[in-house]
Amino acid sequence: MRTLREAMIVFRYQSTLLLREPVWIIMGLVQPLLYLALFGPLLEPLSKSSGFPPGDAWQVFVPGLLIQLAIFGSMFVGFGLIAEIRYGVVERMRVSPASRFALLLGRVMRDTLMLIAQATLLVLVAVAFGLRVPLAGALVILAIVAMLGVALSSFSYAAGMVLKSEDALAPLLNMISVPVLLLSGILLPMTLAPRWLYDLSRANPFSHVVDAARAAFLDDLTLASLLAGLLSAAGLAAVGLFIATRTFQRETA
Amino acid sequence: MIEARGLARTFQTRTGPVEAVRGVDFHVAAGEIVGFLGPNGAGKTTTQRMLSTLLSPTAGTAIVAGCDLRKDPVGVRRQIGYVAQGGATNPMATVDEELVTQARLYGMTRHAAEARAKVLRTELDLPDLGQRQAGKLSGGQRRRLDIALGLMHTPTLVFLDEPSTGLDPHSRANLWTHIRGLRDRERATVFLTTHYLDEADALCDRILIIDHGTIVAHGTPAELKRRISGEVVTLTIEGDGEKARDLVAAQAGVRDAQLAGNVVRATVDHGDAAALALMRLLDGADILVAALSVAHPTLDDVFLTMTGRSLRDADAPGGN
Ligand SMILES: Nc1ncnc2c1ncn2[C@@H]1O[C@H](COP(=O)(O)OP(=O)(O)OP(=O)(O)O)[C@@H](O)[C@H]1O
Ligand SMILES: [Mg+2]
Repeated sequence: MRTLREAMIVFRYQSTLLLREPVWIIMGLVQPLLYLALFGPLLEPLSKSSGFPPGDAWQVFVPGLLIQLAIFGSMFVGFGLIAEIRYGVVERMRVSPASRFALLLGRVMRDTLMLIAQATLLVLVAVAFGLRVPLAGALVILAIVAMLGVALSSFSYAAGMVLKSEDALAPLLNMISVPVLLLSGILLPMTLAPRWLYDLSRANPFSHVVDAARAAFLDDLTLASLLAGLLSAAGLAAVGLFIATRTFQRETA
Repeated sequence: MIEARGLARTFQTRTGPVEAVRGVDFHVAAGEIVGFLGPNGAGKTTTQRMLSTLLSPTAGTAIVAGCDLRKDPVGVRRQIGYVAQGGATNPMATVDEELVTQARLYGMTRHAAEARAKVLRTELDLPDLGQRQAGKLSGGQRRRLDIALGLMHTPTLVFLDEPSTGLDPHSRANLWTHIRGLRDRERATVFLTTHYLDEADALCDRILIIDHGTIVAHGTPAELKRRISGEVVTLTIEGDGEKARDLVAAQAGVRDAQLAGNVVRATVDHGDAAALALMRLLDGADILVAALSVAHPTLDDVFLTMTGRSLRDADAPGGN
C-alpha cells in the first residue's frame, strides 16, 4: 500500500515532466506510422504467396508493428534515467525512505501507460488503413504490449543504473534489440523462413509474443498459441522487474 | 546523534583500490553544528554518503539518529536530510514540483508539502519562484533550492555537503542564519562540510579536520586555534629596539619575542590582555610605541599545521 502510494508520487512527477516535452511521445509514433503507410502496402501482394500465415496483410503486419513499438518505445528509457542520475535527482530520491521498488515502479508505470496510449492510437490509424480487428483481440494485444513495456523499460532502467553512461548503454541496447527484432518475425512472418532460422526464432520469447498477437487479431484465440504468447510476455515482464528491482536496491556508488 | 566507529570505505577502481576513508571514529551530539573540514579528496563527501546510507561502508559502522546504519537504513533515512555537493534538481521541473515531490516521498500530504514549500522558499529567499523551472534559476538560487529539498521534512539531522558553494556573500550570511535557526528553532543537528575557514569559524560549534581519509584534529574553533600558535602582538618601537625586546621577553605570559628592524613580535597566550600590559610596560620604561596590533591565528593556520597544506592552495583550481 505504502509502496503503491510512493510509486504514484514518482509516476505523477515523471508524467508531468514527460508531458512538458510531448515531442517525444509524438516522435515515438512517427516511426510506426511511417511503416504503416510506406511499408504495409508492399505486403499486400506478398500475402498471397505460399508460407504467408492466414489473414490479410494488415492482420499480419500491424501486430508486428505494435510489438516493435513496444520494443523501441520502452527500450531507451534508460537514457532518461542516466540524465537524472547526472542531475542528482536519483540520489536525492534514494536518500528518502521511499521503497526502492516504488522508485522503479513509478517510472515503469509512466512508460507503460504512455505505450498503451501510443499503441491504441496506432491501432485506430491502422483500422483507417483497412485493418479488421475484433475488440477482444485488440484488448488482448494491448495487454501483451503493456507487459512487454514493463519488461523492456525495467531492463533498460537496470542497464542504465549499472552503466551510468549513455556511451555504454547505446551499444548494449543496439546489440540486443536488432537480433530480437529480426528473430521475432515482426516485419515478415517467420513462417517464410528456412527451417534453421525458424527454429532459431522459436528460442526468442518475442517470437511467441508476436504469434500470439497475430492470433489475437485473427480472432483465432486458440488456447495454445495465445497462452504461449501471454506467458512469454508475462515471464519477460516478471524477469525484467525482478532484475531492475535488484539493481535499484543495490547501492549506486 | 552520530556515533561513527571505524567507518571506512575503499573504492575499487581500474587503477587499483582507493582508500577514500580509513576508519574514522567520531561523535556528534544532538543540537550541535559540526563542521567537516578538509582539502579536496580528503574523504568528506564519502563519509557523508556513508552516514546517509547512500554508500555502504567497507568496514566499521555508525549509529545515526539512533539507528544502526547497516541494520536499519530506512530508520536512518526517515530522520535525516541530505544536501549533496553536486545539486539534485531536474532542470525541466519547477521549484514547487521538486519540493512537493520530495516531501511526499517522506509521507507528507500534498497540502502539508505545499505549505512547507512556501515557508522554505521564503526563508531561503526564493519567494516568488515556485513556478520557475529549476534550469532557469541562477546558480545561487538553484543551490538554495537544493538546500530546501533537504529540509522539507524537517529532519532531526541534516547533512550539508558544501552548502555555501556558489552563494554570494549576502546569501551566505542568510544561509548561516538559517542553519543556526535549524539548530535553535527546529532543534536539528547539522553536520556540514566546507572549504571556508571563516564559515567553520563563525558557524560551527565543533570542527573535525579530515585529511587523506583520517581525522587529524577536532575541537571547538577556539580550542583548535589556541593549540596552534597562541596569538601574536606586534609593536612598532621608536627608540631602543633591543631594550624593548628584552623587556617584552621577560614579561610573564610571553612565550617568545623577536626583533626585526624596529618591530617587536611577541607570541603570547592571550593577545588582547598582553597587548595592554606590554604597552604599559614599555611606557613605564620610556620607550615610545608608535603602533600596535594583535593577530589571532586563523583556522587556515590550524589547517596548515595539521595537514601541511594550506586550504586555499588545495582549493585553487589547477593548483599543484
Ligand atoms: N565512486 C568513486 N569511485 C572511486 N573513487 C572515488 C569515488 N568517490 C570518491 N572517490 C575517491 O575518494 C577520495 C575521497 O573523495 P571525496 O569525494 O570523499 O572527497 P571530498 O573530501 O569530498 O573532496 P572535495 O572537497 O573535492 O569535495 C578521492 O580520492 C576520490 O577520488
Ligand atoms: Mg566533496
